[in-house]
Amino acid sequence: MGVLTRVIPQGKQARREALAFYVFISPWIIGFIVFTIGPVLASLFLSFTRYNPGNPVEWVGLMQYQILTKDRVFWKSLQVTAYYTVLSVPLGIIASLGLAVLLNQDVPFLSGFRTIYYLPSIISGVPVALLWSWILNPRFGILNYVISFLVGPSGLIPLGIQGPNWFLSEQWAIPSYVLMGLWGLGEPMIIYLASLQGVPTALYDAAIIDGANAWQKFRHVTLPMISPAMLFMFIMGMIGSFQIFTAAYVISQQGQSLGSPNYASMFYVLYLFSQAFRRYRFGYAAALAWILFWIILALTILSLRVSEERVYYAGG
Amino acid sequence: MQGGKVAEIAERARPTREFRLLVGLRERIASKSFQHGVVRVLATIIVGLGSIVILFPVAWMLSTSLKTKFGAVQMPPQWIPTHPQWHNYLDALTFNPFHIYLRNTLYYAGVGVLATLLSNSFIAYGFARLRAPGRDKIFLLVLATMMLPYPVTLIPTYILFSKLHWLNSFKPLLVPTFFGSAYNIFLLRQFYRGIHKEMDEAARIDGCGYFSIWWRIILPLSKPALAAVAIMDFMWRWNNFLGPLIYLDQREKYTLSLGLQMFRAPFGGTYMHWLMAASLVTVLPCIIVFFATQRYFIQGIVITGLKG
Repeated sequence: MGVLTRVIPQGKQARREALAFYVFISPWIIGFIVFTIGPVLASLFLSFTRYNPGNPVEWVGLMQYQILTKDRVFWKSLQVTAYYTVLSVPLGIIASLGLAVLLNQDVPFLSGFRTIYYLPSIISGVPVALLWSWILNPRFGILNYVISFLVGPSGLIPLGIQGPNWFLSEQWAIPSYVLMGLWGLGEPMIIYLASLQGVPTALYDAAIIDGANAWQKFRHVTLPMISPAMLFMFIMGMIGSFQIFTAAYVISQQGQSLGSPNYASMFYVLYLFSQAFRRYRFGYAAALAWILFWIILALTILSLRVSEERVYYAGG
Repeated sequence: MQGGKVAEIAERARPTREFRLLVGLRERIASKSFQHGVVRVLATIIVGLGSIVILFPVAWMLSTSLKTKFGAVQMPPQWIPTHPQWHNYLDALTFNPFHIYLRNTLYYAGVGVLATLLSNSFIAYGFARLRAPGRDKIFLLVLATMMLPYPVTLIPTYILFSKLHWLNSFKPLLVPTFFGSAYNIFLLRQFYRGIHKEMDEAARIDGCGYFSIWWRIILPLSKPALAAVAIMDFMWRWNNFLGPLIYLDQREKYTLSLGLQMFRAPFGGTYMHWLMAASLVTVLPCIIVFFATQRYFIQGIVITGLKG
């Protein structure tokens, strides 16, 4: 607060101000009760019941969770989502941070490049999913054409390599989603770029006097200084990738069934959606939602713990 | 320095012109500004090539959208269509009732953005300016809701709206907006705290109540932050898919993203040239808004990203 810390007003004035505070935040309080904490408790309750619309709610204890442990699609969806997260989060950090470091080298037309790289983040959702399933179309897609033109059996460098079936292949489905996700690297890049520009130049000058080379400067000055932004992006990226839905729905729907081929793209929330809104098994879907809640909470706490010693917070 | 000495020795030993040139080159390579220049050129080349890769999918979308049905799947592909089929756009947009989807999306995004601005700036004013016991704890609670995965509230909220007979209307998508959202409250509060408190106090001396301080002082001063919130909210709504998918099931209520997903040509096949034309029309407003307002937009991302 600085030197001019204000004395908390006493008596009538303080009570008036406190009352005004609660009036101003009252919409949030109502919304929190009706649309957040109420539904959170309700879904916890639902996860111990069997409930389909039109039928009464039936208390079944831990039955839904027991079914869950034997549900092969549930395990598959966890595996698919974890695989996607493990691939996409580190790759996304490396790519967007690398790009930000490059852009930070006095590159000309900086704002132009920033705009171009940010562009894909603007057009999220259905059009992007449709576009990428077209680009990665095994037969008519432009990427497989370029691959066969360059390294195909009769390509420029005839290595006999043929493009995979991408979204339609069990093996390549997740890497395809990762590739599509990397296209949106502009958003984390902007945050990294801003935090790179916030590193005081005096620190670099000191490092140069100490005889540090470019890598040492990056490793011992840049990385510690931007580590809070990296941790934030890591956690947000992880949470986001555990909740992928739209792209997986749109693309696998084109392959005729949700999560196709053979559940290889059955992302966790996609499975939850299909249980809730295709089969109307609300109790089971609520149990799925709560498992997701615990997974995300555990991963967040874990990454905060692990990073505790490694993240540097300037001034506290 | 070393280069200078080398040059000296070299000059005494063999003062030929070529040798001097060579030494001069070595000197320049060793110099800091030259190294800096090389890094800069290399970085520019990599970033430039990367930007072509990034732009390519959008260019390909445009290219496909201007081809004939058979041209779109022709191998080897035509990079730039020789006979651009501009009528594809009209065909694609009339094949489905896109004008209805557009009207619905504009309604949903327009009302939503207004509600977002009003509710979040109102709530954020309380958190930023007014002192009350428990304020900071409540604010932590606001932040904590950001970490909550949406599937946890999805099903009970759906049941609530179905009991209210709000399904197949925009109410489930709009009504919750009037109660604020953590992300926007956080962003606006950060901004409000940067506005000098003397402004409020001067207004209070002039006899303004809290409400008119918010309405007359804070709101006009926070236009950049409000713009950032409005743009991001607009884009989010324009692209939102899960909400409309769950709550809207009649064609007359579809939004653009829902209509686009349902875009199926008769007999099961998908007409790529039409699909890409419709996709491009869908993303165009976002691109235009982005170019017109990118200053605010990037600012908003940075405010929340850095201070999170």
